[in-house]
Amino acid sequence: MSIIEVKDLKKSYNGKEAVKGVDFIVEEGETFGFLGPNGAGKTTTINILCTLLKQSSGTARVAGFDCLKQPALVRSKIGLVFQEVTLDNELTAYENLKFHCYLYNMDRRLTEMRIDEMLEVVGLTDRKTDIVKNFSGGMKRRLEIARGLLHRPSVLFLDEPTLGLDPQTRVNVWDFIKELKADIGNTVFMTTHYMEEAEACKRIAIIDDGRIIACDTPENLKRSLKGDTIYLKTNDNKMAEREIIKKFDIEVKSVKDSLALIVEGGEKFIPKLFDGLSVEVQSVSVKKPTLDDVFLYLTGRDLRDGKPAQQRKIRG
Amino acid sequence: MLSWKAIYVIFLREFKRFYRQRGRLITTVARPLMWLFIVGAGLTSIIDTGEHGSYMQFILPGIVGMTILFSSIFSTLSVVWDREFGFLREMLVAPVSRLTLVAGKLVSGTALSLFQGVALLLIAPFLGIHVGAKEVVIMIFLITLVSFSLTAFGLFIAARLDSLEGFNVIMNFIILPMFFLSGALYPLKKLPEPLYYLSFINPLTYGVDSFKHILLPGASTLGPELSLPIDIFVVIIFSVVMTALSAASFDRR
Repeated sequence: MSIIEVKDLKKSYNGKEAVKGVDFIVEEGETFGFLGPNGAGKTTTINILCTLLKQSSGTARVAGFDCLKQPALVRSKIGLVFQEVTLDNELTAYENLKFHCYLYNMDRRLTEMRIDEMLEVVGLTDRKTDIVKNFSGGMKRRLEIARGLLHRPSVLFLDEPTLGLDPQTRVNVWDFIKELKADIGNTVFMTTHYMEEAEACKRIAIIDDGRIIACDTPENLKRSLKGDTIYLKTNDNKMAEREIIKKFDIEVKSVKDSLALIVEGGEKFIPKLFDGLSVEVQSVSVKKPTLDDVFLYLTGRDLRDGKPAQQRKIRG
Repeated sequence: MLSWKAIYVIFLREFKRFYRQRGRLITTVARPLMWLFIVGAGLTSIIDTGEHGSYMQFILPGIVGMTILFSSIFSTLSVVWDREFGFLREMLVAPVSRLTLVAGKLVSGTALSLFQGVALLLIAPFLGIHVGAKEVVIMIFLITLVSFSLTAFGLFIAARLDSLEGFNVIMNFIILPMFFLSGALYPLKKLPEPLYYLSFINPLTYGVDSFKHILLPGASTLGPELSLPIDIFVVIIFSVVMTALSAASFDRR
């Protein structure tokens, strides 16, 4: 059964299109990832699904409810962990969680039970009555994830869950999300611009400039490249490109100051390639396909080269 | 439509924050006392009120008005604060109506102002103003009403403020003129004509006037200048309009 259905979703801000017609389906229990550079439309899409923004056109349904027409019903079915910290720094961990439970209309007994349960899951039981202000970045993230799960949502949305964390903490938080997924088994919808994080998803949609350019399992996406990527830099790339196309009949893409070509058995191909080129080779490398390469191949750009993240405040 | 549990927990949060921010707590106590005993005492010596009451007695209703004006506006400022620090989103994705969130903020802002306004009445006997049980009950009613209207007004402004920097402008061009033109510090009828008319579009004028009805009943020049039913009527109308406007301004786009 599909738990998220999005059809031809579009969103414009002040005449500029941020999401330009997006379609996808997420199955129940799946971990689905949105991978793309900053500014690609990931957060805008997640905000529409979470009923924080209204789309300009198209439809979005979450857990059987329409995001535009039944926002309150959608909200009762989802949990959300935002890019930035959204805890109240002046309150204790317990008070932050209690606030959430009461907003979700849980009674006192259930509130106490779930708070203890979730604090245990995220390993913050001994910090229950501490003011959040003094927590580290990783602890705050864990507390936010605990909060997002208090009301047992059908879908947990994680918008760049490791943004702004140091590499060590990122790994910890990510391991934790994977364990949690194994324990709780609900649907997870996440966005990221780190390809290592996207690898952990069952399926991913690669989004660029407001459009989905590929959507499949990470394995299939990598397999779609049909081989290894050879990066080649010569003192005349244009010449080299013509020669490769003429002699080997393979597609060549220009990526920054290098050429990228995809061949099966990349290592064995290099000697043949060198023999076939008349221009001087400056550098050459072979890479087993990663999601970065998939992105690169589809867009001609590196994932990290994306436009800088635009900070948009949700008014309310 | 309204979730009482949500309103309660929003109130609880605001109350805890107020209590834990010591600076805010101290300012709250100190500000009215400074106005009364520094500005008030200073001016008492040069102002001949021409009747029985002193200038310090005269400004008590105004200082009550000022206290709840500042308290109400400051407590709604937490919306801007919450937006800046992301907490507002936690509330906006909860399965409660926008009206519930507005009601939660209204109840908290009103309650905080009410405590502060009523606490000021403790000073009345020291200024020679008689406040009996009847006066206290009526004052609680009036302070609640005025606090509610000013909190709704504050929310309406806060919904439009993108950052805390904007607050300075609000402070200097809305809050202070409202205080100065409310009859808190001088009788309105002595003001130059343009200012006199301007003071009538100020909602706080009616609130302060209603307090004067209870705290300065016998005074002539320094006493109330409008009728109490009109005061109450205007404050109620203002509250209803501001509540509706602020609820509407929290809708998503």
